[in-house]
Amino acid sequence: MTAAIVEDEAQMEKPAKPAAERLGRLAAAAASYLQALPLTLILGFFFVLPILTIIIVSFWDYDFAGIYPDFMTMNYTDTLGSWVTWKTYLNTLRYAAIVWVLTLVIGFCVAYFLAFHVRTAAMQMVLFLVCTVPFLTSNIIRMISWIPVLGRNGLVNSTLVQAGIIPAPIEWLLYSDFAVVLAMVHLYTLFMVTPIFNTLMRIDRSLIEAARDAGASGWQTLWNVIIPLAKPGMAIGTIFVVTLVMADFSTVQVMSGGQSASVALMMKNQMSLLQYPAAAANAVVLLILVLLMVAGILRVVDIRKEL
Amino acid sequence: MQAAEIDIVSVTKKYGSATAVDGISLKIPAGAYCCLLGPSGCGKSSTLRMIAGHETISDGDIRLGGKVVTDFPPARRSTAMMFQSYALFPHMDLIDNVAFSLKMKGVEKGERRARALEMLKLMQMEAYATRRPAQLSGGQQQRVALARALITDPEALLLDEPLSALDPFLKIRMRAELKRLQKSLGITFVHVTHSQDEAMALADLIVVMNDGRIEQAAAPREVFERPATAFVARFMGDHNVVSGRVTGHGDGLVTFEVPGGQTLVASGRAMEAGRAVDVGIRTDRVRIGAAESQGFGFTAIVSNIEYQGASVKLSVTGAGIEDFTVITDDAAFFASPVIVGEAIPLSWAAGDASILGALDS
Repeated sequence: MTAAIVEDEAQMEKPAKPAAERLGRLAAAAASYLQALPLTLILGFFFVLPILTIIIVSFWDYDFAGIYPDFMTMNYTDTLGSWVTWKTYLNTLRYAAIVWVLTLVIGFCVAYFLAFHVRTAAMQMVLFLVCTVPFLTSNIIRMISWIPVLGRNGLVNSTLVQAGIIPAPIEWLLYSDFAVVLAMVHLYTLFMVTPIFNTLMRIDRSLIEAARDAGASGWQTLWNVIIPLAKPGMAIGTIFVVTLVMADFSTVQVMSGGQSASVALMMKNQMSLLQYPAAAANAVVLLILVLLMVAGILRVVDIRKEL
Repeated sequence: MQAAEIDIVSVTKKYGSATAVDGISLKIPAGAYCCLLGPSGCGKSSTLRMIAGHETISDGDIRLGGKVVTDFPPARRSTAMMFQSYALFPHMDLIDNVAFSLKMKGVEKGERRARALEMLKLMQMEAYATRRPAQLSGGQQQRVALARALITDPEALLLDEPLSALDPFLKIRMRAELKRLQKSLGITFVHVTHSQDEAMALADLIVVMNDGRIEQAAAPREVFERPATAFVARFMGDHNVVSGRVTGHGDGLVTFEVPGGQTLVASGRAMEAGRAVDVGIRTDRVRIGAAESQGFGFTAIVSNIEYQGASVKLSVTGAGIEDFTVITDDAAFFASPVIVGEAIPLSWAAGDASILGALDS
């Protein structure tokens, strides 16, 4: 953009010379394309190309030893015709729904506390950084560190047993849906906190006073003013959390101890069996599903103001 | 609607160790249009917000129509506030904005929408009823904010710099509308502003504030003609303030000496010699010409001339007075024009220079 302006100015200083002028204008037009080129190349190479590859491979043939260029829809009919796929998709959607509700509630509460109850900007910053501290270690480590906490002889169980609250260790704490959801909520809540915090910080404080002036109680203000105005942030957080949960395989594998399945885990298994075209077809179906979900969210909430 | 008298009794507001409002007392008669006027940071907004109940009162009491409301929440005070940026809810249409307080009270939907529409009609905004605030101009937003404030049937309407977001032309139109509205509703208006023009045009009672204290609370004419303190005289802008020390008195006149050496006379109560005084001299009463008697004028050098249409503004210095303004009628000026650098005699009538008081601190 700047370069284009500089070009334009350089051109204006020149004496009126039609050919040179036209050349200058062409150069200016080319300059903006040139400036857009690096990002186009990066996105094309790392984003469009891989997706195209996946789509192409999803129509190929395979056996136990290799994959063969072809055009057949068997991978899709296999995927969509199997009740295992449907069950896995339903299970993944169930995780997404539960994790979404929990992260939304927890995320909103944390963001609300940070935005409205912490008075000074410095303290807000400090507490926000505290929220990000878990992200200093890797996902896997954070997940695995739940095992000594939740295990059969883990912290929770041994404490409860020793305190005499329960007679025997609870079995469902680890390697269960509970553990999967707990770990996911732990991993993904910050993705909900950040955008909601952002929208809450942008709410004009005089709106809250105006609500109070009109006789609204704290809950009424929350329900009628703050939550409607926080919707764009909630939508952005929802997109983050839903896409992350839909694509998750490591949390499901580790925390369920292999007892539950998710779509991404199914793909991973197919890949380890060298069934790349089947995994690719699965990936395309998942991609379409997630895109539909995102489109649905965007239809309900207008997030453009926040971008 | 019925108007309420607002009685502020030695009210103080402290933010930590800083005092924003310092023990002020003020009685605003029922049905009056009161303007709180002062520079930014003088405590006028804090005072308004304490009346509204959006700010706790550190010390003192506020009575509204006879009942003490010091610890009441805003909605129980029968006041309504109009915010500086109007604070309209951006996610609601105009009807829902205006009906908001009714909704909070649990008024049934059909009724509250009907009443809101009626209120919008009163403000001539019914054509926009289904729009969002962002689709309105500044003046229209202000009308909606007024409608939202008035739907609660308040006894007093509190306006926090209501005109500051408007362009100069609209400002003058909306202030006429405010005045008309106050007349027709008959309720008490308290209006915070930093514009002297606005206060002069609107108020029945001008309260000039500075540094958390009230410098003067009086009718506009009195504030203009007899400013109580040097601050008021300077802030209202139509007086020259000359400082000096008293040298003598007699006959309702006080003689004082300006540090530069000039001796002048002003009307005022007798006071002891040596005391520092500020004297106010109306800028539009100063004439070009020699004084009829000693002490009612001086000779000055013109430093700047501004033509303002109906009048001409001369800035002059001389006789130890740094900054002195003369507003003269354009016809009189052009009959015998002066130029920058010229030495001219200035004079005024005995009644036009008066001793200004000071707040005891």
